[in-house]
Amino acid sequence: MASPSPVEQSVKKIIAGHPNAGRDTLIPVLQEIQEEFGFLSREAVVAVGKELNLPVSKIYGVATFYNQFRFTPQGKNHIQICRGTACHVKGSLAVLEALKRELKIEAGETTKDGLFSLEVVACIGACGLAPVMNVGKNVHANLTTQVIPGILKQYEKQSK
Amino acid sequence: MATTEIISIEVNGRTVDAVPGEMLLKTLRRAGIHVPTLCFVEGLSPTGACRMCVVEIEGQRSLIPACAFPVSAGLKVHTHSERAVAARKTIVELLLADHPDDCLYCERNHHCQLQTLAEEFCIRRRRFVGAKNSYSRDYSGESIVRDPEKCIKCGKCVRVCDEIQGVACIDFISRGSKTTIGTAFDEGLNVSSCVNCGQCVNTCPVGALTGKSHIDRVVDALRDKNKVVILQHAPSVSVSLGEEFNLPIGIDTVGLLHAAGRAVGFNYVFDTSFGADLTIMEEATELVGRVKKVLVEKQNPKGILPLFTSCSPGWIKYVETFFPQNISNLSTCKSPMSMQAAITKTFFADQQGIDPKNIFSVAIMPCTAKKFEASRPEMGRSGYQDTDAVLTTREYAQLIRSFNLDFSSLQPEPADTPFGTRSTAGKIFGVTGGVMEAAIRSAYNFLKGGTLDNSFIVKDGDMKNLRVDAVRGLAGVKEAHIDIDVPGLGVVNVGVAVVNGLGNAKKLLDAINSGEKTDLHFIEVMTCPGGCVGGGGQPYGTDLEKIKERTKALYTIDDSESLRTSHSNPYVIRIYKEFLGEPCGHRSHELLHTDYHQREVLT
Repeated sequence: MASPSPVEQSVKKIIAGHPNAGRDTLIPVLQEIQEEFGFLSREAVVAVGKELNLPVSKIYGVATFYNQFRFTPQGKNHIQICRGTACHVKGSLAVLEALKRELKIEAGETTKDGLFSLEVVACIGACGLAPVMNVGKNVHANLTTQVIPGILKQYEKQSK
Repeated sequence: MATTEIISIEVNGRTVDAVPGEMLLKTLRRAGIHVPTLCFVEGLSPTGACRMCVVEIEGQRSLIPACAFPVSAGLKVHTHSERAVAARKTIVELLLADHPDDCLYCERNHHCQLQTLAEEFCIRRRRFVGAKNSYSRDYSGESIVRDPEKCIKCGKCVRVCDEIQGVACIDFISRGSKTTIGTAFDEGLNVSSCVNCGQCVNTCPVGALTGKSHIDRVVDALRDKNKVVILQHAPSVSVSLGEEFNLPIGIDTVGLLHAAGRAVGFNYVFDTSFGADLTIMEEATELVGRVKKVLVEKQNPKGILPLFTSCSPGWIKYVETFFPQNISNLSTCKSPMSMQAAITKTFFADQQGIDPKNIFSVAIMPCTAKKFEASRPEMGRSGYQDTDAVLTTREYAQLIRSFNLDFSSLQPEPADTPFGTRSTAGKIFGVTGGVMEAAIRSAYNFLKGGTLDNSFIVKDGDMKNLRVDAVRGLAGVKEAHIDIDVPGLGVVNVGVAVVNGLGNAKKLLDAINSGEKTDLHFIEVMTCPGGCVGGGGQPYGTDLEKIKERTKALYTIDDSESLRTSHSNPYVIRIYKEFLGEPCGHRSHELLHTDYHQREVLT
């Protein structure tokens, strides 16, 4: 049998930290894996199935149920667009659509060049600045669809 | 046995007997009170997902799904209150709002529970109109097509795949209105652990899961003047096909099946039960060989015994996928379908002077997995497949109807020789335990030193009426131990087990692999509950009652005919003399045996 890959080893280690790991500990296990790798890779999901003796389809089912899990690595610039109530009232849906259009990705995905990833979050507690988004550690306030291309350009330049 | 306590509850003002703790739906059904369901499956864990069975219970604020509510004394239930009925109707209307309105073109037209409910509630207008979810169909598998747009998310397929078959290749993906049902990473069925059994197709209340139809390619072949189109039909098809034409359940329509085949244009009509007789010759010989290897040559039994039957293609893929360490336990025998198809394109083609390339071989099967089996690269030679198309029982009925034939008014006809003569041992292949019983009838003979030229040497009292009652019936796992006096070896206690449903097979395999179970020599596994009579290609609405009636019909055939062992079938004897040589001989190995491969798919 082939020796375990680095991902498999990490998964083993994480699961070892949960005594009697099984179906009930699946979510914390997946959270820790995402914490370590930034996303749930196919390899990691398969390894969890093997370790916990659960069908991969079940793990994928659970993981897709929760918005917190992502299946692609984060981009260099991770965008969190707020879709909380205040931001929604101030037009965050249009901003989200603009982001998807500009980046050509859906929420939860990463651009092909790896520069951007997009995540929809419920409320980041900056309702006074609505609509608002985080790019990495920077907060961008009072967004409109018009300013989105400019903001993205700026990060693109910085990252090159 | 402790007597069951009976309590009284009140339903719609009437007193009804109930067993404490049982689900309310069961109580209602026993009392003859109709509450519709969509997601309920008898015997599986209730989920209350579809909410069709909601009722009002006094003292409960919200409506209660009867399928998932345990009964207790003093309940007052209203099953048909205005609120309950209105809720059910709304559910149907909401389901319709995200459902394609293409019933006329749907495979499940007239066999759809959503359609039935829409009619039952007399829904005549579209109350909820909004954007419908749009998904692409999954045609990637050889056997099953998924159409997520038609899915109503009842989850029956998920439960059957997991709880009955132990495969669990599908689950709910995502949530809310975006929920779909799919494989791990939402990939095609072809790269999943799906074994193609089609139990999900049978349980699906709508047209979201269907068999991959081969009707078009059969019709093309029937119209092609250069093709010799040959039909073979599996043992269990003749006792279920009648249901498609509103004949009583469990009627043997074999003569009509043949007549219909000729009427639509098949050149030859054969009975796969002949192939089953061949399978027994090969498999019983293989069993005797393996038993002697272990007992006489003292070889390590691991990987040799127990021998597993190999007729059921879902089971084969299951072992290849989930238990690759047991591949060598599988009999190398092809299934009856593939044996018969191989003989058709070699022996029969030679005999008739037909170029095998011009033969189009069609198998009528109770099974969706047979489509996958027919496509396996091992099942053919010189660039062609032995079986060119597989029609399920349902598809064969569709084919007959599409030729505007009135099935029940046809005149019964016999099958064509040489593959029309079968023993009843080959016929009972269609039911769980049947392969085992047929194999025991012959292996007993072979172990006792009987040969092809001998008449059956088992005397009355050795094996009463050739019946092996211990392997009959619908229990998930059956076991029998038979003492056979083998010349030169003394009395050998042969242990056999019969399994139906892959979930049951998994438990037995685990016990064998852990060394807990060591007294078995031969194990028959049929993928589907009840065996082929409950196959994934059988008429929609297959349930336990129908499975029982079809089973009875096959055993009645066995009781009422005189040719009851494979090795005494004169045509089987002839084909060995004229063509094959001896069972498990060189030519047999070339044509009738195969090999298996571990499958690297996500499990």
